[in-house]
Amino acid sequence: MKVLNDTRTAFARELGPELRQPVGLLFTMLLPFLFLALFAPLLPGMSPAGGDTGAGSRWQWFAPGMLVLLALSATAGAGASLLNEMSSGTFERMLVTPLNRAAMLVGRALKEVVILVTQALLILALLLPTDFRLRPLGALAGLALLTVFGIGIGTLSFTLALHSRKQQTLFYGVQQMIFFPLLLLSGVLLPIIQTSAPTWLYVLSRINPATYVVEAERALFDGRFAETNVLYGILAAMAIAVLGVVAGIRGMRNASV
Amino acid sequence: MIHTRGLTRSFRAGGETVEAVRGLDLDIEAGSVVAFLGPNGAGKTTSLRMLTTLLPPTSGTAEVAGHDVLTDPSEVRHRIGYLGQGNSAGSNFRVGDELITQGRAYGLSRAESRTRAERLLTALQLEGLTKRTVGTLSGGQRRRLDIAMALVHEPELLFLDEPTTGLDPHSRVGIWEHVLRLQREFGTTIVFTTHYLEEADRWARRVMVVDQGRVIADDSPENLKADLAGGRITLGTADRADAERAVELARALPTVHEVTADGTEVRIRTLHEDSQLPLLLRHLDAIGVRAVTASLTRPTLDDVFLSLTGRTLRESADATAPTTTHPGA
Repeated sequence: MKVLNDTRTAFARELGPELRQPVGLLFTMLLPFLFLALFAPLLPGMSPAGGDTGAGSRWQWFAPGMLVLLALSATAGAGASLLNEMSSGTFERMLVTPLNRAAMLVGRALKEVVILVTQALLILALLLPTDFRLRPLGALAGLALLTVFGIGIGTLSFTLALHSRKQQTLFYGVQQMIFFPLLLLSGVLLPIIQTSAPTWLYVLSRINPATYVVEAERALFDGRFAETNVLYGILAAMAIAVLGVVAGIRGMRNASV
Repeated sequence: MIHTRGLTRSFRAGGETVEAVRGLDLDIEAGSVVAFLGPNGAGKTTSLRMLTTLLPPTSGTAEVAGHDVLTDPSEVRHRIGYLGQGNSAGSNFRVGDELITQGRAYGLSRAESRTRAERLLTALQLEGLTKRTVGTLSGGQRRRLDIAMALVHEPELLFLDEPTTGLDPHSRVGIWEHVLRLQREFGTTIVFTTHYLEEADRWARRVMVVDQGRVIADDSPENLKADLAGGRITLGTADRADAERAVELARALPTVHEVTADGTEVRIRTLHEDSQLPLLLRHLDAIGVRAVTASLTRPTLDDVFLSLTGRTLRESADATAPTTTHPGA
């Protein structure tokens, strides 16, 4: 019960400034929005199933990847706010309170998830005038998967921040070093297909967990549930989430100043 | 309220082990107002951080408010309030929201947190700022808000780490008056660190002088000054011959530390200067030396530090500040 109350306290604290200044939501939406506006129109027709050029909707293929990009760009930087609080002294004050340390992490992560889902819904709304076909069940499942993935990336970002408190440039360096390869190798922008991609690039994309999440999102938003892609995507997102939450809680419990 | 034995904390810095706190033995009674006084890098903040569960000790034991800081940190946190050197309230948050969150963190209901927040904001002259964003407050207002946050759950033990650093003298007095009012009303135990001599002298009932990770003196400010530093008596004599006789006489007195002469002026550093001055004047009169002028300068805690370490606090701060690499020492 205490953990739940503490999680609610931490979540409510974090969400407050976002609710007062919702315009802040738009900043992390900028990257996927730009890709949707300036890159997607250049794509030929794509098949959501395989990524081959063809007669399918480019939006159906491209948009789920943009949601994954949104999850990455919005939650990978979540640790920056924690880093700011560590350097200002605010985090020190929180550590001296009896707030459960795990709840402090989960509360923060939940705030990131709420923002992520809100942003994802806004992007989906923007896509409605296009020939993107929104399948409610598929979209719900896709958003659920996105939430799990966002929790994982967000908590990993917090963990990185906790370990970078004495050297803040480490946080931004590592974040960028991981963020871009994870993004580019996931096939969110262009399909990475065995027959056309260099072997090394293809192999790297197959060991990138984000690739499986992107493929699962494309399948789910296309209404295809019974596919191995979906299973692999769920497993990849769960693995990242478990890793992030476990490492984050451990980091938070051991946090000192 | 606080009991420590052999409390030690080491850090690795620049490939070397730095002992920030070395074998701290403390017994602080409930209701005390205790100051840790020392230069930057002396180990004051590190000691406080161990006592507030922010930093695990390298060795030794510490019991705070009846609970062990290592085995029962949650219970310790429930009972203490803490004001760190940084900003307790986040810049993007609203004043009222941060106070309510703080109350909620200690298990208070939202309504109770709001009531206490309003009371504290009024007491600390921050009324009307509930909806203001913390980042828009002035430095003094922000520090008073930090204090309100440390007090919102009415802790039995309050740790203040350099609570008034950077504030103007008027704000400093205001903050201390409020903190000590709380101490009088609720019997709150207060432990604070400072490098302001006058702050320790004026507000603490007990001063622990800390240097290089060790407590080198521990008593009331009055006793420390009387027993360790002493005051300065300056005598003006009619001529050099009288000055030399006054020097001889003063050197023979038991509590005199140091006697110097400069022309017709004689400077005497002595313990218990209040009683020594009339005694000295009587003895001088008895041997026919007339003091033309006599003045007495009372000792400060800087004199205490000087007599203990051979350095003033200011000199120590200048010497240690640039090389201090371990956190919060």
